[in-house]
Formats: sequence, C-alpha cells, structure tokens
Amino acid sequence: MTRDSGPELETEETLEAQVTGTDSAIEDAVPSQPASPEGGGPAADGGPAPGGEPATAEKPSPGADASAEPPVLSVRGLHVAFRARHGRGRALAVDGVDLDIAPGEIVALVGESGCGKSTLARALTGLVVPTSGQVLHDGEPVSYKPRALKAYRRGVQLVLQDPTGALNPRRTVYEAVAEGLRIHGKSALGAFGDERAKVADALSRAGLRPPERFMALHPHQLSGGQRQRVVIAGALVLDPEVLVADEPVASLDASVRGEILKLLLDLRDAAGLSALVVTHDLGLAWNIADRVAVMYLGRVVETGTVEEVLTDPKHPYTKALLSVVAESGTEPVILSGETPDSAAIPAGCRFHPRCPLLASGEAERLGIADRCRTVDPAPPAAEGRHAACHAVAVPDTAA
Amino acid sequence: MNDVLRVEDLHVSYRRAGGRVPAVRGVDLALPAGGRLGLAGESGCGKSTLAAAVLRLLPKSATVTGRVLLEGEDVQEMGWGRLRAVRWARASIVFQGAMHSLNPVRRVGDQIAEPILLHEKTTRAEADRRVAKLLDQVGLVAARAAAYPHELSGGQRQRVMIAMALACSPRLIVADEPTTALDVMIQAQILRLIGELVAEHGISLLMISHDLAVLAEHCDRLAVMYAGRIAEEGPAGQVFADARHPYGRALAGAFPRIGDPASRRGPRGLPGDPPDPAQLPEGCAFAPRCPIAVDACREAEPALIAAGGDGERMAACIRMDALRGAS
Repeated sequence: MTRDSGPELETEETLEAQVTGTDSAIEDAVPSQPASPEGGGPAADGGPAPGGEPATAEKPSPGADASAEPPVLSVRGLHVAFRARHGRGRALAVDGVDLDIAPGEIVALVGESGCGKSTLARALTGLVVPTSGQVLHDGEPVSYKPRALKAYRRGVQLVLQDPTGALNPRRTVYEAVAEGLRIHGKSALGAFGDERAKVADALSRAGLRPPERFMALHPHQLSGGQRQRVVIAGALVLDPEVLVADEPVASLDASVRGEILKLLLDLRDAAGLSALVVTHDLGLAWNIADRVAVMYLGRVVETGTVEEVLTDPKHPYTKALLSVVAESGTEPVILSGETPDSAAIPAGCRFHPRCPLLASGEAERLGIADRCRTVDPAPPAAEGRHAACHAVAVPDTAA
Repeated sequence: MNDVLRVEDLHVSYRRAGGRVPAVRGVDLALPAGGRLGLAGESGCGKSTLAAAVLRLLPKSATVTGRVLLEGEDVQEMGWGRLRAVRWARASIVFQGAMHSLNPVRRVGDQIAEPILLHEKTTRAEADRRVAKLLDQVGLVAARAAAYPHELSGGQRQRVMIAMALACSPRLIVADEPTTALDVMIQAQILRLIGELVAEHGISLLMISHDLAVLAEHCDRLAVMYAGRIAEEGPAGQVFADARHPYGRALAGAFPRIGDPASRRGPRGLPGDPPDPAQLPEGCAFAPRCPIAVDACREAEPALIAAGGDGERMAACIRMDALRGAS
C-alpha cells in the first residue's frame, strides 16, 4: 500500500487551479515542486479495502471524481473565522478544507479539541456560515436563504455528543423524535402520512424496539445508550441522506459504545446513509469508517482510506496520534506542549513548532527544514491519499 | 503485611428515597508498596465509590462495612485529626475533571502550598520553594503558580492536581479517571508523567478508568468491577489480552486495536446496559447481558475463584471454561 509521492504533488497543482476561495490563506504558491510527469495516478490505488464497499474503495483519480459517483456532500476551500477571544484578531477555526463524502460512505474526521473538527461539522449542517469557500450538496452550493437552508438541513442531520444535553428532560421520547417532523411539515411524513407511524418507524430503525414501549418515556427513564438512540431516531425521522455525528459515543459507557457504532454501520448498509463522524478516537475510525481525514489546527493534514492512514500514516502528526493509542505496540511519540491557538497559527507548516521531524533534525537532513518553517504545505485535495507535509514530498522518508 | 492498601470485604451502600442502594458489594483488594493497580469498570459499577472509601471521602448517606487498611491502619477507625493527617500526607487523590476540584478564585500556587502548610511546620517561603519544585516536576514553569485555574488548559490543570497530590510525598496516589476529559496527546503526557513520578518516588498507584487498554499499559495488576463486585483480577497484560470473565473480555474488545482485522468494521459491544444498582438481577449481575450465560448463572451470584495464571488470576464466573473454549 505504499505509494510514491508523485500524484500528491500533482493534486496540489490541480487544487490550486480548482479552488478559488483559498487564495489569501495559502501563501505557498508551490514554487519549487515540479508536477509529476505521469498522468494523475489514481490516488486510491490501494485497491478495495478488506470487506470494503465498492462505492468507496474504488475511487477514480482525484480530478475525475465528478464523472463516477458524485459526492453527496463536499466542502471546497472552506474557511470559518471567528472573532478571537479578548477581541484581538480572528481565529481561523477552519482554514482551507476540502472534503468529500460519497453516497453510503462513512468518513471519520479525527483531531484533538480545538482543531476545528466540530466547526467543520457545524458548517456542513448549515449551522455556521463559512467565511469563504463552499459547502456543496449533490454538487450544488448550499444556499443560506432561510427556505433553502431549512430544506438542506432536513437532508443533513446533526447528532450531538451528549444525548443528555441534547434531549429536553421534560419532553417524552415521542415528542423529541416528532419535533423534526413538525418543523418540516407534512412533506416530511413521506409515504407514512401519519406522524405516529413515522416516529415508530424511526425509533425501531434506531434500535428502540418495540417503539411503543419507549414513546411515552422521559429521558431520565432511559439509559445513556437509549438516549443516544433517541437522538439518532430524531435525525432518522426526517430521512436524511447524511448524518453528521459529533463524538457520538464519547459520553457512553464502553460496553454500550459498540452497539451504537454498529447501529451507524447498519444504517449505512440498510439505507445507504452517509455519515461524517467527528471524533478524537482513532479506534472508532478503525471500527466503522471507510475514509479518514486527520485535522490539525483548522486544516486537514492527512486523508486516505482508513487502512492507508491508520496502518501506514505519513504525516508526523498522524504518526504521533497513532503512537499514543494504548497498546499500539509502537514507541509512543508524545508531542510536547498543546495545540496552538487558532488565532495565532504558526507560519510555514502549522505543525512545525511541535513536529518531531524538525526537532530530531530529520527535516534538516532531508533539506526541508527551511520550507517547514516558511512554506505552508498545500491542503490535501478532497479525494485520495494525501499528507500535507514537506517530508512526504521527498522520496525515501518512509522511516 | 507490607501492603500499602488493603481492602477487605468492603460494602458501601447509599441511602436513597426508596431504601438502600448498594454501590460496592464485597470487594477485596491488595496493593503492595510501589505497585500499580488498575480498577476498570463502567459508570455505576462502584469504582469511584471504592476510591472515595479509601480516603473516607464518602457522603453521610453512605454506610460502609468491611475494612480499608492504609499501611495496616484502618481508615474507618481513625479520628478526625488522624484522618486529616493521613489525607494528602499518606494517601492523596487525583480526581477527574480538575476544573471542579480546584478552587476557581485562588491561585494554583496557593492551592498546592495549602497541604504543605497544613501538614508540615514550614515557612511560607519554604512552601513556595516546594511549589516551584513541584510545578517543575509536573512540567509547568514556576511562574504558573500565580495563575488562576481558568487561565490554564485542561491538561495544565490536571498537572496542578498531580502536583498537589505529590506535595506531601504520599505513599499512595488514587487517580480516579485522571485523563478522561483530556485529548489523546495530553492524556499520553499526563499518563507518562504519573508513571514516571510514581516510579521515581516509589509511590503506589490505584488508577481507576473505564479504558482497559490504558490501565493495561500503565498498571501491573488489573481488577475489573461490575455491579459493585470484582468480576476479574490478575496481572494486567493477561487480563487485557485473555480475560477469564465475559465482561472483562467485552471491555477489552470495546476499544479496538488499530490494525486488527477482526475489529475492522466490526465494533464490539454488549447488548443492554449496565444494571441499575437499585434493581440488581438475581444470580450473576452480568447474566442478562452475558453471551454465554446458562440457567445456573441466574440462580446464585458466583464467587471470585482461582482462574489459572499460576494462582495469580481470579474470576467470578462459573462459565470460565466455556469462555476459554470460545476464544
């Protein structure tokens, strides 16, 4: 599954041409990197993953993704800026992200707190308007006009981390699930025509069976796992195309966690539901995702299939994250310090102040140390296998 | 008797509106000097109650029977003066969620100095010198002593908690989910720090977590709790890799090993939920969720019995052999 770095460089070039929204943020004009002569080698040439779904494993080359199966949801050059704390400057929570979610695909967005993964999830669900760049639904830019946005949100449902906080303690399970139907009116009922039948269907799809047993209960009468199922049922009742789940099992007990993850997998298999799962937990990505995007300080730094990224990481940040997972069997690379403030993103590669390659002198040896400090690596394209690291562009850096 | 901590037939129950609710139901544990014992379990299994019982930090509504011996001395029998002397100096505790354990309106340096000033006849200047040294030990610059908790990140606050726990050179540190709310990288930093400090000072560690993999990596022995009882106990690596109790096995499988083909697209969990301590089932409390339970499991609560490993391992399961066959 090792790949050369040729296609990587090429996509950086094509990316420059495609994306219009990122001009100011990417100072790197890719000056010294010659485009690879060979035509855009399929970036996902690792072949189908074991047991993988054909829809996700056989991706065409990055440039040609529109011809095969268009992504149900994608972002291009996405930036989200907030006014920084203490009123000084801007915090770039999301700083130039390209990402695709194909129909029936589960993408894990992995990163530590403050990396912008939740902001990206909120932008995808239309809860945050991007500062620049686009969110595209079936290839069409999302409109932020109220009526269009409401319709869009029906198709892209958010599942929050803490089901106890997400549910109103004074309302029954039935009311919690029916709320979305009432907001979206008759059309949301679809073939059912009857609210009660539709709610019952959603509850049983979320694994709360028989649904009648749960409808009249209040959240405090449910266990944590059941509450999360109610939240998921509240999303399913609107027949979404995509679930955006922000740490869906982080607040659940270990033995319950597996069942909720299994539910997400089952929903994909049974109904072709796509999902973006936001998590800090690499094990979760290994459990359910097809593809993974690793985020650091507002930028995706590595993408690829789960097998590629998690068993053969290229970016030093991904390597460090994987090494500290308990029982990983590798010597832990514990990064010192904490993720910098997104209001003060370091110049050059944003990871360079904490990068083990630079600290160990490895970057010096490869002759890239200056570029690490001064040149921002281009963000990865939405498709295929990429790592935004200068060392990856240099051959023979597998070690 | 050179165990730093011994827990003997400990029972703890809480008074609730509908009667007494048992949280810990007969637990025996031993932690030798310099040993590191991991206690794993899910919410409501009684692990935090057990931790609080070690330092007699339980609320008034709790009833305790059995014994908790700190270096041979029964914590239950101590007078208030003795208990105050023992807390921090003999045994200290690192809680999860350092934000709630630190006083928000006092500088962290003063909070670290407090147990030192309380327990040792020392001057303020000497205490400040100790604080600076402690902060250095936990990887914070001495100037951070002047900070308020809200000015620190979650990882830094947890470092402050660890500095407090070390302040009076205790023999035992109880760490209750010390890294639960922290990011993976910060979690790794804190766990390494705790590991280095207990090794350096020969402190015994009782670490409590829901994450069996973390405990297996940082402890010598592992005890798995379910519904107030020990389900399984033994050398950490063996319990994690080859559990004798079906619950231990499920917990070990809940966090997949990355690269393991068996867990790829195969999340593993248990049906149902941990039992409500107020309504425990008849017989083995785990039987309703157990994949290999038989009728006999529902009749009597199984005792903790020898489970191989050269007499090092114990498990409370009558179907142990069936489990080994299933693996």
